[in-house]
Amino acid sequence: MSRFAVAPAPHLPARSTVRRVMGDVLIALVPGMAAQIWYFGFGVSVQIALAVLFALVFESIMLRLRGQKQTPWISDLSAPVTAVLFALCIPAWSPWWIACIAMCAALVFAKHLYGGLGRNIFNPAMVGYAVVLIAFPLALARWPSPEPLAAHTLGFGDLLHTIFSGHLPASQGFDTLAQATPLDTVKIEAARGYTLAEIRSNPVFGDFGGKGWEWIADWYALGGLYLLWRRVIHWQVPVALLGTTILLTVPSWIVDPDVNPLPLQHVFSGGLMLAAFFIATDPVTGAATPRGRLIFGAGVAALTLAIRRWGAYPDGVAFAVLLMNACVPLLDRITIPRVYGHGRRG
Amino acid sequence: MRIHRFHGGLKLQGRYEAVPSPINECALPPRLHLPLIAREGLVDPVVSVGDRVLRGQCIGEPRGASARVLASSSGAVIAIETRDVASPHVARATCVVIEPDGEDRWSLLPSIEDWPSAPREVLLSRLREAGVIGLGGAAFPAGIKLAAPIEILILNGAECEPGIGCDRALMRERAREVVQGAALLAHIAQARQTIIALEDAMQDACAAMENALREHPFEGALLALVPTRYPQGGERQLIETLTGREVPAHGLPRDIGVLCHNVGTAAAVWRAVVRGEALTSRLVSVNGAGVARPGNYEVRFGTPIAWLVEQAGGYTPHAARLVAGGAMMGLALPHDDIPIEASCNAIQVMDAATIKPPAPELPCIRCGECVRVCPARLLPQQLFAYLVREDWTRVQQHELGACIECGCCATACPSQIPLVAWYRWGKSGLREQARTREFADSSRTRFETRNARLQREHDERAARRPSEIVTTPAPAISKAEVLAAIARGRARRDARDSGHSSDENGSAP
Repeated sequence: MSRFAVAPAPHLPARSTVRRVMGDVLIALVPGMAAQIWYFGFGVSVQIALAVLFALVFESIMLRLRGQKQTPWISDLSAPVTAVLFALCIPAWSPWWIACIAMCAALVFAKHLYGGLGRNIFNPAMVGYAVVLIAFPLALARWPSPEPLAAHTLGFGDLLHTIFSGHLPASQGFDTLAQATPLDTVKIEAARGYTLAEIRSNPVFGDFGGKGWEWIADWYALGGLYLLWRRVIHWQVPVALLGTTILLTVPSWIVDPDVNPLPLQHVFSGGLMLAAFFIATDPVTGAATPRGRLIFGAGVAALTLAIRRWGAYPDGVAFAVLLMNACVPLLDRITIPRVYGHGRRG
Repeated sequence: MRIHRFHGGLKLQGRYEAVPSPINECALPPRLHLPLIAREGLVDPVVSVGDRVLRGQCIGEPRGASARVLASSSGAVIAIETRDVASPHVARATCVVIEPDGEDRWSLLPSIEDWPSAPREVLLSRLREAGVIGLGGAAFPAGIKLAAPIEILILNGAECEPGIGCDRALMRERAREVVQGAALLAHIAQARQTIIALEDAMQDACAAMENALREHPFEGALLALVPTRYPQGGERQLIETLTGREVPAHGLPRDIGVLCHNVGTAAAVWRAVVRGEALTSRLVSVNGAGVARPGNYEVRFGTPIAWLVEQAGGYTPHAARLVAGGAMMGLALPHDDIPIEASCNAIQVMDAATIKPPAPELPCIRCGECVRVCPARLLPQQLFAYLVREDWTRVQQHELGACIECGCCATACPSQIPLVAWYRWGKSGLREQARTREFADSSRTRFETRNARLQREHDERAARRPSEIVTTPAPAISKAEVLAAIARGRARRDARDSGHSSDENGSAP
């Protein structure tokens, strides 16, 4: 009689791992990351490196404090995903402690104090971003001019000096290097009574959104398509988010194109594209049901537009995502799909 | 005909194939262990130790509506003892142990060659006599499902589960038995339409079945190729694919006019009616890197798994897990001294490389892949979360009962959570809850009924003897009498206090 160890069915191993899912997200971010580095310089990669470093440090500390094993938890790549998503949202010259504080908020407060991987209610990257955005609005408003517009750029040494000392080298003035972002420009100029046609003659604007910005958005969309193809994300969130953005902005644009921006300008500005494919699609903090995801995506779009239009911040993606995160338990509850054998065709 | 689609499922081709081999006869083992168990109720042995039996002879008679247990070869009953069995889970059961005499003599039933003109009752009682049960896995007596007429009869040849190839081998090599058996089933069930369903990957079986159907056509017969997608062979999924209808929750296929039978059952029905052979063996796929000669074997019921594996060349050094059934839903066995039963369509001996989990279990990241693959359209991740915190109300609300335990969610889960194991546990939890509730309900009902009865009896008594209940009014006492009594008492006390003796005893008032 031969004896064997038993285990519950199914007996075939799972097809994927958390690490592979997170790894796919990182791979999908590469084109957008490269574009952002191309337009905004090496500062972007320094920010990414800093954020990943701090994220791993905080992750490791929290795992130790919670009595969890370092492996496999630290190697599941979820902390680097949070870090990279955050780093792509901040200006390339932000001082180093911005990333440190944000990653502390993201990993310690938003993630591990809620129970760690899979148990957090709020998107850690967006919590980190929101914390530094509210606490240090000035540091987060200093976006360098994108590549085609930049009169001067910082050398690598000056760049590191800026990031680690917190202020620009004496020889450089902030105004020669930086510009208001397209969304800032719209907000400020519209408040001063200019029409959009006049505002858009500003050199920061490209075909749809801002110069540079619109191309970065394209590359994020490409990465998003990769994630859809790899079945890492579901179609509902990006379709609902981008669809709702266009649907809500078209009527007002038709009525008064002087005051209301072109719908595509909304899509290609700020963090909307990144949110559509990478942030609002975060499975842990998003809705679990297909219909719930549609509502979630539409909600993020509507709230982002509301904040852009009436809020104090030029871009509201982070707040929109966090607000919708809070609605997820409700969404999951009211959008339970019809189970086989119940109702219609039963 | 229109092929519909069921929700979710997995493409599993190439991951763990059954070996497409011809049907081999599994040699007669030195001992046959026939479990006296039935789907419902108990089975009593009708033989005793020392009796000689023939193949097909009844050795166990069920108390309920279950199937009889038949001897699977001729020989002597040498023991009736408790042994390990594997249906539906590993447990102890009483088994009749037969030592075959090697002659394999049949106790044949009279052949019913002219079955189209035979009354249904005759055919149904034949199926009962011959112990014909469903060979798809549930082992339900075939006759009971056939008792009432039906609209659509579906012959399930879409075995879909990785590692099972016995139905395909049967349709390839014994297509005529299957087709004629299907005609017989359609006749008994008075079906208007009979759909024989195969997976589109089974080209060889399909060609054989087409030929057989051309030779033995019958009214309403139809061959349907369905997509090779797990769990296509699941009864509910196959019905949805072929008819677009869903079996209602807590209902049966019969409720939507459909009856499903496995192709193996059809062949067994044909043998029982036309040849008079009782159901005493079945085809079993032996598969996996842990066995030397994988293939399809005709195995007598009661054959120990160890013997079957030996016939298939024995274990290889890689053997790591022994599974009865398919790779997705099969039952892992602790040892191989367990008899093959009618519900066992495959034996898998898997190697460590096939079963090795690629990563340890992590928390659910709510990726929703399980939702995407669930054929029952459940929310596996939500169910898991509610089960972990034992929120039974929500578990019920999310219809855990609709789970068919196909294992798609667990296979799709990047966090390697054994979801099916959780759902099985959850289902037993729900049953436990229902039992507790039932007990509480019946206790309450008993208590309330008793109270009602006591009240009723009390009322009846009151109605019968009203006079006894009426209270007698207290006699009226006038104030003068009270004053007189006080005066009397005072006089007595005065007399005592002044030292005069009294003939009355002077207790204080």
